[in-house]
Amino acid sequence: MTTIPLEHVLILASILFMIGFLGVIVRKNTLFMLMSLEVMLNAVGVAFIGAGSVWQQADGQVMFMLILTLAAAEVAVGLALLIRMQHCFKSLDIDHLSQLKG
Amino acid sequence: MLLTLLPFYPLVSFLLLISLKKRLSWSQASVLSVGSMLICAVSSFILFFSLASSEQSVITSHLWQWFSLTAEALPPTSLMAASTVNFAFYLDELSAVMICVVSGVGFLIHLFAAIYMRDDENFNRFMAYMNLFIVAMLILVLADNLVLLYLGWEGVGLCSFLLIGFWYQEKANVLAARKAFIITRIGDTSMAIGLFLLFNSLGSLNIQEIGSLATQQWTIEGEQAYWACLLLLGGAVGKSAQLPLQTWLPDAMAGPTPVSALIHAATMVTAGVYLIARMNALFVLSPEVMTYVAWVGASTLLLAGFAALAQSDIKRILAYSTMSQIGYMMLALGAGAWSAGVFHLMTHAFFKALLFLTAGVIIYALHHQQNIFKMGGLLKKIPFESGLFIIGLICLMAIPGTSGFFSKEAIIGQLWSSPTAGTSLWWCAIFGALLTSIYSCRLFFIAFLGSGCSEVQSGKSLKHSFDNHSDVSQHTLLRSSLVVLALLSLVGGFFTLDFTGVFSTADNGNMSNQVSLAEPLWLHTVAIATPFVGIAFSWFYFKNYRITNDKVNPPEPSSLNAITRFCQSGLGFDWLYSTLIVNPFVFIAQLNRRDIVDQTLMTSAWYVTLWRDVLSFSQNGLLRWYAAAFAFGLVMFIGAWLL
Repeated sequence: MTTIPLEHVLILASILFMIGFLGVIVRKNTLFMLMSLEVMLNAVGVAFIGAGSVWQQADGQVMFMLILTLAAAEVAVGLALLIRMQHCFKSLDIDHLSQLKG
Repeated sequence: MLLTLLPFYPLVSFLLLISLKKRLSWSQASVLSVGSMLICAVSSFILFFSLASSEQSVITSHLWQWFSLTAEALPPTSLMAASTVNFAFYLDELSAVMICVVSGVGFLIHLFAAIYMRDDENFNRFMAYMNLFIVAMLILVLADNLVLLYLGWEGVGLCSFLLIGFWYQEKANVLAARKAFIITRIGDTSMAIGLFLLFNSLGSLNIQEIGSLATQQWTIEGEQAYWACLLLLGGAVGKSAQLPLQTWLPDAMAGPTPVSALIHAATMVTAGVYLIARMNALFVLSPEVMTYVAWVGASTLLLAGFAALAQSDIKRILAYSTMSQIGYMMLALGAGAWSAGVFHLMTHAFFKALLFLTAGVIIYALHHQQNIFKMGGLLKKIPFESGLFIIGLICLMAIPGTSGFFSKEAIIGQLWSSPTAGTSLWWCAIFGALLTSIYSCRLFFIAFLGSGCSEVQSGKSLKHSFDNHSDVSQHTLLRSSLVVLALLSLVGGFFTLDFTGVFSTADNGNMSNQVSLAEPLWLHTVAIATPFVGIAFSWFYFKNYRITNDKVNPPEPSSLNAITRFCQSGLGFDWLYSTLIVNPFVFIAQLNRRDIVDQTLMTSAWYVTLWRDVLSFSQNGLLRWYAAAFAFGLVMFIGAWLL
């Protein structure tokens, strides 16, 4: 089994992270922003897994489990908010939520 | 006790009138204001006679201590470290005469005004201001120190401003009020500087102390006396409408006629004369300034005489004649004829108040027509008022036997031999008297003789217009106040005023360095004959005004020759001042319309606004924007940390 160099893992993780982040910034639809957040979380997870396999430690796996649970909880709350938002604003456009404007 | 309460009667009336405003009916308001003036007048007369009969020559009344002053730069010779300024009244012969004039004439004019102004919707405000004026004038006259005098001085200025602009709905009145206020303010500033100078060098502001200290410490013709007197003269010139600050008085005629009578003829404008007479001990120390005073008076009386010759508004003629009569008073003061000056002040108050009030009745009867060329034949139509006006005019002309004669002769008689005046000023005074009689005759011929214009209503309908407005008793009251003034004008010359207590030092000072000039015998003859020469001259010169009918058309401004126009504009002083001072000032103000200092300060405000805009733009409420800012910040932070 050929080992994948850590650099490649980290490059993949950062590309995924950037994609996710750009998705958060660019997309207006809140649902897609949530999905992009999932991508970012998973990018971090990939980095942990890669690091765990390099140093042969279980901590990477543990951290990934933690991120997965966190993501699940976050998505539950996020989707509930999305439903409320659709209910109140009849739209999922995040830019409608700008009452804090200065 | 009487003295203490004197200014408080009109003050109470003023406060009631101004606080209750229109809740008082006409009768309540007039009883309140005129009644307070009656009490004031009666107590003034009691004070006057008690002062004359008692042994002591001075009555003082100390109310409370106002504040105390400490002079830093006091010469070591001075005894006092701190000088107190008291709210205290000081009554001697001079101020006794003044309070009698102020409250006596003031009472008659209040009585007149209560009826004359009856239909004005702001009647209560009018009477309140008139009462306030009397308060301020009494404080001015009775003050025992210069600070209190200055309080009254500013108070009368304020009332003058309020009353000239009483009909503030018209722009001309407001402009006149503003002009009067600003021009008198120039004089007041000079007077204030004079007070500082006096306090700085003498360490006291009490009038009596200043007199005695100055006599002890200052030398005759000294530098300090010169400047102090000159600055005080500046104040007097502003208030008394003398050259070069005289331009406000003719415009001040925009106010209601009782105001012109009370403030701008009888009392307030004589405050300057009173100030100089009051500070006589100081002025004696500076003969140079005394000569200036005399020359200011003489030039003003000539200037005003020429200007009065060309006017067509009856009130402006009277205003210019007021200026010229005050010029006589100044001339008398400058010549050291203190008593004569104050005597003329008193008689002038009587006959000028009479003239103004009668003019007011005439203007009222002619439906607010003030142009004398549109009057004519008034003698036949309203004989009673015309008779009163004639009495006023002969007093003004100083026909022998009237009060004006006694006072004016007293002045002219002392001019010739006075060390600070002299023969040239005597000739000025004589020429001024000639001018006075000519313009009086001109006014009389144009307005009262000849044939009337069609616009003028006949005497009968005039009566009706009075009777419609007011019942007969009020009309009688109106007339009685005029008749009392007329009587005072006629017999006022027989009042003997004894000023020896006040002016003794001054007169002695004069006597000591007086080089007695031989007085030619013809002096008095000339002085007495002058008014008659004037009458005779105008009898022939204004013949067409007197007889013919063709003065229905008043002369058009364009048809007048240049000299007449020049005289009509008050010898061009308004033009001169607006060219020299007002226009450059307005020009600079316009250049600097966007104030430079303001702009500098506004730059910092602009800077703050800029940052506010930037920051509030960033607070746009867009979540994605905030997230991007987070990320940017994090990248910058980590970048900085790594590098």
